[in-house]
Amino acid sequence: MGILDSKVPSGPLAEKWTKHKNDINLVNPANKRNIDVIIVGTGLAGASAAATMAELGYNVKTFCYQDSPRRAHSIAAQGGINAAKNYQGDGDSPYRLFYDTIKGGDYRSREANVYRLAEESVNIIDQCVAQGVPFAREYGGLLDNRSFGGVLVSRTFYAKGQTGQQLLLGAYAAMNRQINRGKIKSYTRHEMLDVVLVDGKARGIIARDLVSGEIERHSAHAVVIASGGYGNVFYLSTNAMGSNVTAAWRVHKRGAFFANPCFTQIHPTCIPVSGDHQSKLTLMSESLRNDGRIWVPAKAEDAQAIREGKLKPTKIAEEDRDYFLERRYPAFGNLVPRDVASRAAKERCDAGFGVNKTGEAVYLDFAAAIQRYGSEKALTSGIKNPDSETITKLGEEVIAAKYGNLFQMYEKIVDQNPYKTPMMIYPAVHYTMGGVWVDYNLQTTIPGLYCAGEANFSDHGANRLGASALMQGLADGYFVLPYTIGDYLSDDIRTGPISTDHEAFEQAETEIREHLQRLLNAKGKHPVDYYHKKLGKIMWNKCGMSRNAKELKEAIEEIAALRKDFYENVKIPGGLNEMNPELEKAGRVADFLELGELFAKDALQRNESCGGHFREEYQTPEGEALRDDKNFKYVSAWEYKGEPKDAVLHKEELVFENVELKTRSYK
Amino acid sequence: MKLLLKIWRQKDGSSKGKLVDYPIDGIEGDMSFLEMLDVLNQELIEKGDEPVVFDHDCREGICGSCSLMINGEPHGPDRLITTCQLHMRRFNDGDTIVIEPFRATAFPIIRDLMVDRTAFDRIQQAGGYISVNTSGNTVDANAIPIEKAKADESFEAASCIGCGACVAACKNASAMLFTSAKVSQFALLPQGKVEATDRVQNMVRQMDLEGFGNCTNTGACEVECPKGISLENIARMNREYLMATAKG
Amino acid sequence: MSGLAKTSVARKVVMALSGLFLVLFLILHVTINLTSVISPDTFNTMSHFMGYNPVVQFLMQPILIAGVIVHFVMGIVLEIQNRKARAVRYVKFAGGASAPWVSRNMIITGLVVLAFLGLHFYDFWLHEMNYKFVQANPEDPTRYYAETVEKFAPIWRTVIYVISFVLLSLHLWHGFASSFQSMGINNKYSSGIRSFTRLYAIVVPLIFIFIALYHHLNPITH
Repeated sequence: MGILDSKVPSGPLAEKWTKHKNDINLVNPANKRNIDVIIVGTGLAGASAAATMAELGYNVKTFCYQDSPRRAHSIAAQGGINAAKNYQGDGDSPYRLFYDTIKGGDYRSREANVYRLAEESVNIIDQCVAQGVPFAREYGGLLDNRSFGGVLVSRTFYAKGQTGQQLLLGAYAAMNRQINRGKIKSYTRHEMLDVVLVDGKARGIIARDLVSGEIERHSAHAVVIASGGYGNVFYLSTNAMGSNVTAAWRVHKRGAFFANPCFTQIHPTCIPVSGDHQSKLTLMSESLRNDGRIWVPAKAEDAQAIREGKLKPTKIAEEDRDYFLERRYPAFGNLVPRDVASRAAKERCDAGFGVNKTGEAVYLDFAAAIQRYGSEKALTSGIKNPDSETITKLGEEVIAAKYGNLFQMYEKIVDQNPYKTPMMIYPAVHYTMGGVWVDYNLQTTIPGLYCAGEANFSDHGANRLGASALMQGLADGYFVLPYTIGDYLSDDIRTGPISTDHEAFEQAETEIREHLQRLLNAKGKHPVDYYHKKLGKIMWNKCGMSRNAKELKEAIEEIAALRKDFYENVKIPGGLNEMNPELEKAGRVADFLELGELFAKDALQRNESCGGHFREEYQTPEGEALRDDKNFKYVSAWEYKGEPKDAVLHKEELVFENVELKTRSYK
Repeated sequence: MKLLLKIWRQKDGSSKGKLVDYPIDGIEGDMSFLEMLDVLNQELIEKGDEPVVFDHDCREGICGSCSLMINGEPHGPDRLITTCQLHMRRFNDGDTIVIEPFRATAFPIIRDLMVDRTAFDRIQQAGGYISVNTSGNTVDANAIPIEKAKADESFEAASCIGCGACVAACKNASAMLFTSAKVSQFALLPQGKVEATDRVQNMVRQMDLEGFGNCTNTGACEVECPKGISLENIARMNREYLMATAKG
Repeated sequence: MSGLAKTSVARKVVMALSGLFLVLFLILHVTINLTSVISPDTFNTMSHFMGYNPVVQFLMQPILIAGVIVHFVMGIVLEIQNRKARAVRYVKFAGGASAPWVSRNMIITGLVVLAFLGLHFYDFWLHEMNYKFVQANPEDPTRYYAETVEKFAPIWRTVIYVISFVLLSLHLWHGFASSFQSMGINNKYSSGIRSFTRLYAIVVPLIFIFIALYHHLNPITH
């Protein structure tokens, strides 16, 4: 085991968590009042952890860069949240959810963590309903479920296409209750810039007040990082503009290992890039693949004509269309998992069959579904011998009832009517499975430093299933972290308040000031976005949906060179001691420029294809991912040693005692 | 296309602000309104000027960060969208666009177009929650069936993104639509009824303390709300408040 | 006044209730006035009753005056608060894009109606007070019709009355329906209520205008 002790409790899988909860040390309520906890990030994981820990009696301080905890990017999650409630009686169970998650993650996650997640999933739904989260309901008044990609049961709870919003507002409300009681102090428009270690333990953070520009010291007995994922290393992603890796990266630089950085989820159904000015990509819910058929022209010359605007997709005859997912994966068709669908789209576009003026888009066509639903509707409405116009009209109504808001959003952005002409979609970076390495208690390799939600690496392996991100954030925050952290804090009941005058705070603050000043002192040729876009291009082209050793090596070189150029030539107006959004961005991009390199390095060492990580050298003759369980059944955890290129790899071998490792097949 | 932007610039809350003209060229219809401002800011930075500060984050209409009065309307001329979803094809070559911050005494300006909307958080903290511990020992989620129509109505109220367009659009800078949406969400659910009396009284008290104006039922908030939150919520809050007062 | 309504919601309700009370009073007022066109004798009888019945004089009339005062004082208080709620105004504000003029300008229509009430009180109420209490004239149950018609002889007064009733109509157009919303009534009956209130807002002021014009055009010839 050595340095990486996952601390997974012994015993049968289904009993580990209960047993562990019975074994760990507790802090008595009177002592909790003397213990402070800092939580960085107020998305689902951070807000829920803050609420529960404050309820338990700890003094909690939360930090977020947004103007309110309610705006964290969990709010944008659309589809739903999984829970093994088995309300539909379709044979669901925690074990089945556990199994689906392990398999969906291509056997690169830790069994015990995933089982605990599946176990706690049922509590989440109870809790959220008690908090007043308005989930979708059936006419009988009970909760409704829908099914999601890659599984055989209906276990997804949802609130229209705004599940993340409703869950986050629930957690935010729970937080507000504690703020009102004085148990949480919420620091908004504050960005954590460093973690402070006293005698090797996390004892506080350095944060910048984004309004005044002031650098502040905050102390606590433990620090929790719940700052989300790092998809914005690609510049264009479905993440919010402000989503960043800074908190996670700074703790990495202070000694927390960073795990599986190359595991990224690229979501197949996003609105394609329209031009260089684009700042962000918009997701179209996965549910659209239930009714939409994905295709590109079968003839390269047709694709060419479409790109030049000379041909309309509706004019292409059925036999001249290539429904490539249905062709390649007859069993799952358009409903293959996200990673498979994304790669297939990229393959067609790279081969010259892409549509849109950029050539980087495929069609998602609802014409067949409109006809099918229209005929059904005509039949059930008793319309005899309906003409094609009536059928189309009825069919469009059915589609509008199911996806109306998404179609409207699409039309707003693209200015095309998706009822009349096929939607154009293209994959986009959506979620990062990798993150700060944590043990079973969600503690990082730094004592007293914990990490929850998307920011940690723990539960999704190499690919995340739909509707599981919300589940993990809330399970970590409401039901796991508040208990496991007590085990650590039980040693701190006599510590008393931590002084921010300690030299470790002094030193960390000085280092941060120097870092920011260095950015401001650069000679100044290009704005921060110039570098961020360049980094994004390298990442997308060489570390994106498919990767190879040659390009990964190039990416490592290019990113290092870009980072050097950045520090010399970035141009940041304004100063340190005032509101300065460009300085904020610069700090984040500086960290992305280091993470990006480690990302490529991680992808380069993983000589296999698994989940979202596809190495061109490791594929079957049919172009499917080729996993190597003999050599790569481990978590790669990187130790910081100064420069990303010097990072040291530690391996946590994954032990599978309860599932049999199989090849994923969707043929 | 070529545009003339008239943008409110203000160093901080205590300074005086003014509209400054920024001619801009090369704007494409496919750009979102905020991407157009990104283009302007890149130009300003390259010229050595301070970029225009504005709030934004998710850029897909759900986080509620973006704001802006665009030609006198919150989130611009289109209905049911936020500023980040507004696209430049909505404007014509040669247009003049006036961009101001959301204005209300309760939303002090931080810089340029960025305002402080934490008054909304304080209203929520005063009672916008159900007091249930997150202990994992609550009753089963399906123990209390809820009429679908009520659950849907509660969801509609809960879909408020807290952007403040209602306050910005109201001639009185009233926060009734925002506050009532939260009051309604809980008032419609059995779980929320338990604390209904205290909730509405506390939230209304805090709303008044923040210095928002009074509702005069013009309905502008409902029209400008990017999420289409209904005025019925305000009526419901009034009703809840009257009942709470009657109970004492 | 602040004791009467400590919160914004309560102040709205006070506005609504006092407004509804005045709306009810208008029905009574317009009914009595209408008799002046139909039957001068009935008009005299009713007016005399209103002027000398102790319940009307010493209970109803003070309540009415209080209602008017509460309504306009509260309206002005609200307006001041509302202006404070946006201390710095917009340079460009497209208020018309989201709300009709009448709903945004209740203070204007309200103040005009208030000014009219000043004239109206001077014309009739002060006159009555003077007649009954200062000069202590004996009761004359037949004087009202002539006094009323005489008031509308000058064109300027008739014009002021007509304009004021138009503004009253605008005030009612928003205010009457709005009072239901303020009291928490917004349901499936609301569109019906709104139609009724708008009909009221047009018909009642129209009758007043008709009466004013009728008397102006049909003076009593001596």
